[in-house]
Amino acid sequence: MTQTLLDVRNLKVRLGRGGNAVRPVDGVSFSIARGETFALLGESGCGKSMTALSLLRLLPQPAGEITGGSVRLDGEELLAQPESGMRSIRGGRIAMIFQEPQTSLNPVMTVGAQIAESLALHKQMFGDAARAEVIRLLDAVGIPDAPRRYGEYPHQLSGGMKQRVMIAMALAGDPELLIADEPTTALDVTIQAQVLELIAGLQRERGMAVLLITHDLGVVAGMADQVAVMYAGQIVEQGPRDLFYAEPRHPYSRKLFAALPDSSKRDRRLTVIPGTVPPLNQAFHACRFAERCDRAWDLCRRREPGWFELAARRGVRCHLADPGVEAPPEAGSGADEEERHVAAPADGAGHELLSVTDLKVHFPIQKGFFRRTVGYVRAVDGVSLSIPRGETLALVGESGCGKTTAGKGILQLLRPTGGRVCFEGTNLLELKGEALRRRRSEFQIIFQDPFSSMNPRMTVGDIIEEGMVAQRIGGTASQRRERVERLLEQVGMRPEHRSRYPHQFSGGQRQRICIARALAVDPRLIVCDEPTSALDVSVQAQILNLLKDLQGQLGLSYLFITHDLSVVSYLADRVAVMYLGRIVEEGRVDDVLDRARHPYTQALLSAVPALDKDTQREIIRLEGDMPSPANPPAGCHFHPRCPHAMDICRVRYPDTEALSPTHTARCHLLTS
Amino acid sequence: MIKPVILWTDALVFLLVGIVVVFAFYARRHEHLRAPWREVVRGRIAVASLVVLAFYTLTGLLDSVHYRKALPMQDGQVEVQYGGEVFSLLDALLGDVGSQVEKTYSAPFAYTLYTRETVVDENGVQKRIFPRLKYGGAHLDDPATQRGADIAARSLAALWQALAFMLVLTLLLSLWLAGRWRLSPARALRRLLRGDSDVPWRTALFTIFLFALLAALIVNLASAWHVLGTDKVGKDVLYQTLKSVRTGLVIGTLTTLIMLPFAVTLGMMAGYFRGWVDDVIQYLYTTLNSIPGVLLIAASVLMMQVYMDTHPELFETMAERADLRLLFLCLILGITSWTGLCRLLRGETLKLRELDYVQAANAFGVARRVILVRHLLPNLMHLVLIAVVIDFSGLVLAEAVLSYVGVGVDPTTMSWGNMINRARLEMAREPMVWWSLLAAFSFMFTLVLAANLFSDAVRDAFDPRLRR
Repeated sequence: MTQTLLDVRNLKVRLGRGGNAVRPVDGVSFSIARGETFALLGESGCGKSMTALSLLRLLPQPAGEITGGSVRLDGEELLAQPESGMRSIRGGRIAMIFQEPQTSLNPVMTVGAQIAESLALHKQMFGDAARAEVIRLLDAVGIPDAPRRYGEYPHQLSGGMKQRVMIAMALAGDPELLIADEPTTALDVTIQAQVLELIAGLQRERGMAVLLITHDLGVVAGMADQVAVMYAGQIVEQGPRDLFYAEPRHPYSRKLFAALPDSSKRDRRLTVIPGTVPPLNQAFHACRFAERCDRAWDLCRRREPGWFELAARRGVRCHLADPGVEAPPEAGSGADEEERHVAAPADGAGHELLSVTDLKVHFPIQKGFFRRTVGYVRAVDGVSLSIPRGETLALVGESGCGKTTAGKGILQLLRPTGGRVCFEGTNLLELKGEALRRRRSEFQIIFQDPFSSMNPRMTVGDIIEEGMVAQRIGGTASQRRERVERLLEQVGMRPEHRSRYPHQFSGGQRQRICIARALAVDPRLIVCDEPTSALDVSVQAQILNLLKDLQGQLGLSYLFITHDLSVVSYLADRVAVMYLGRIVEEGRVDDVLDRARHPYTQALLSAVPALDKDTQREIIRLEGDMPSPANPPAGCHFHPRCPHAMDICRVRYPDTEALSPTHTARCHLLTS
Repeated sequence: MIKPVILWTDALVFLLVGIVVVFAFYARRHEHLRAPWREVVRGRIAVASLVVLAFYTLTGLLDSVHYRKALPMQDGQVEVQYGGEVFSLLDALLGDVGSQVEKTYSAPFAYTLYTRETVVDENGVQKRIFPRLKYGGAHLDDPATQRGADIAARSLAALWQALAFMLVLTLLLSLWLAGRWRLSPARALRRLLRGDSDVPWRTALFTIFLFALLAALIVNLASAWHVLGTDKVGKDVLYQTLKSVRTGLVIGTLTTLIMLPFAVTLGMMAGYFRGWVDDVIQYLYTTLNSIPGVLLIAASVLMMQVYMDTHPELFETMAERADLRLLFLCLILGITSWTGLCRLLRGETLKLRELDYVQAANAFGVARRVILVRHLLPNLMHLVLIAVVIDFSGLVLAEAVLSYVGVGVDPTTMSWGNMINRARLEMAREPMVWWSLLAAFSFMFTLVLAANLFSDAVRDAFDPRLRR
């Protein structure tokens, strides 16, 4: 077990030339033993993908260049190999799977042919032998009905299936090392559980080593033997998983844990890591984390810390670990500040602000020359929910369940097909044209992707001002300008940022600007459509804190659309779980998360990777994928995947069952 | 005494220049527009092509300032009468080249005609000789021996003039750059000549030098020689080629000016409003695309021709008549060529309208026309710009093809297409007349090559998908 398979020493990578050259990997050393899972953990832009690509010498050309170090696979130096030698190593001894299964498969080749290509190259297998081997591989990665899938094209498979095909392709060359670059980030949580389980199973079976690259502490906890944390091109901490999770030593690792939202932190502000990752186009003469570190003292700003071995394969890059240096004691005041209680909700809370009854959004499927309607996609099919003033309702579900469509239907960005959306007693569905336009200031939206949610051709000031101009509020031009500056300060930006363009800001800053834009028109309700899922953990904490503060100050109500249950438990008052256009369970946050009654909610909760391995629940495996809303299964939509399905489930959709005054669910199990 | 004449195309050309100038000032103040242009002028090839295009544009603009000369006063005449011929500033700069008409073909730098003629000498004997030209080399007594020396002397003079011009230009440029770089003028000059600057000024200067030399050679030589020979009716080929520059530029730019409103408004409307608006616009451009373009152009031009022939009273001069036909050709080319860009913009609008920032504007209740102008149009402009520069060279070539077929510009308008059309017969005769075709070909080739290279640079800078 302890025999070293891959040994990386002082690896350095440079992108570009001249003064602006970026060094995304700057002296990285680690080693992977045979059969071990080594996790490389870090936020976006810290150089973990570049490290993986440089192991295979697949850096973007001509910009990328490995400028130093050594990579030894079984004692053989890979950096000295000629390009022809690398070809047998790539896919043969080291295989790689990528984040986006959608773009990693060739859409015009059948799945079978793509795997067979790899077999022909690495095992010289052709014809029937290759076909048999491909089917065996597809079976091994858990694809049902493998002989039929052999002849299918990628678009006929779901996202989870495609990732399985990618894994089958990687296995084709019998690799000794599998590099998995964020293999489940693009997948839903139930599918993620399936894929992770598959990788772990294959690894046990084949004794293959896995280099797992991820930003998700939960995934690492479930999978890894050895963990390395990367920050700004360097490994800052390394250790066996149990030791690392029990006692992270580097301030950055500790902050990452502290920034994770969960229910136990509900009444506190989340710990944030101030600032952003420093740009990597400079030469560092100090600790790279010093600017964002609350333990930093003058030594950290003077000298770059070295690597301190604490034990075998356990080390940290921090002056705090240096036995020859006396570190100042941990400051107490800073922690107090961060754990300050969130402001109490504003007055008037509790009155109903929004009540949605039986909301339906159907999209017609049109075919033929005359666009005859042949069916409907029932994206939202009878959703009822209500949000009191000053509270947060979380709408939870996997991708494709219709939660975003429901949000847009409530805001009248999509006109619903049926139902009622009562906002302060007015049915918005009955409002038209100018009457609706005037009410629009009261309900606003924040989007998921901070990069596409602002017009790149407008300055930040114009973007924030747009709503005020359209709603004719905010007075004269100079008054509006003052208000823009106040709003920017309110969301933690500087007033002079108003004359800049969106591309000059980081993802977290842009999300703050989007919040300021929504606040500009004094809304009562904000629909937050996955506002933090495109952000790193440390930035996510900043945004969640901001949203919670604003709720306290302004008495806002949120409809928080998300797939991330840890965010829900931190932020939400009530939770509604959606499956295929309908709400299957709803209740107060502790009702749903702690006493879930619907099998889907239970499966969803069990699939979330847990940080603490001891309390890890048995994962309820859901078979298959979510069906298409154009053709939902008869009876209960969930029955084909439900472990408890009964005969009645195939016939009739269950009615809403009240489990307690604050908790409802729709399942036949609860009636019988 | 002169009387300015503003032809239709002149007015539109200057309108276009005005639009470009206004846009340039607008772009200066907007970083997102300035940055890609800054990238464009950092490429050596792009700067060289820009200089070439600038010289062509200058020629075209000089040729777009028209006037009529007053006729000499007759006895008893009170009102000034103006001649029927329309001149331009370019004619004035070139001197009498346009009016120095020989009898028929003559080769470049020839002093005799290209064909033998029967003349009767003073002894009454009939002879078949190559007669001397009326203008070309007429200032020499014995051109057979003096021609080389004369051309060399004039070329040398041109070289000195060009060098002197460049010296002044380089010094002025280094003075200006000295201010921008905060260096002394001498050090700025040294840095400029080393080629050590973001904008490749050295390349620009070298290209300017080539064209300045060419201009000086033309000015010095054309007054005494037919540098590129003469055509069938004895007109100077170089003069025709230079006058054709304007025709090519007008076709290449005005067509786009006419096409753009169609393509942009219809494309954006189809993509944004969807539904029946989309259906109507799609049917419109699909139908228009299915009609063979040449057929439509031929039919329209012939109809126009008939109308102009039956209404001669509408035109004061021949030039106005020819100009209207040129404008009409631009119009009809524009109407047939908007479909491609329209389709492209519709697709892009379909994509943009679903983006979050458009949704956010909807959530604010921003009016739809404001969304179109503020959110969609600016994010489509890079496509429009790329399409315009790429279409330009295609349209210049299209003019040549259409004139060759006979449905292009008026036969009296000087254009490369007309020259190539006439060269068809010249290539077939023995001995061959090659200079007309060669002149038209090389001028057109230079323009189209420069335009293509420039459009490549513009696309690289503006297309977000090509960003490295």
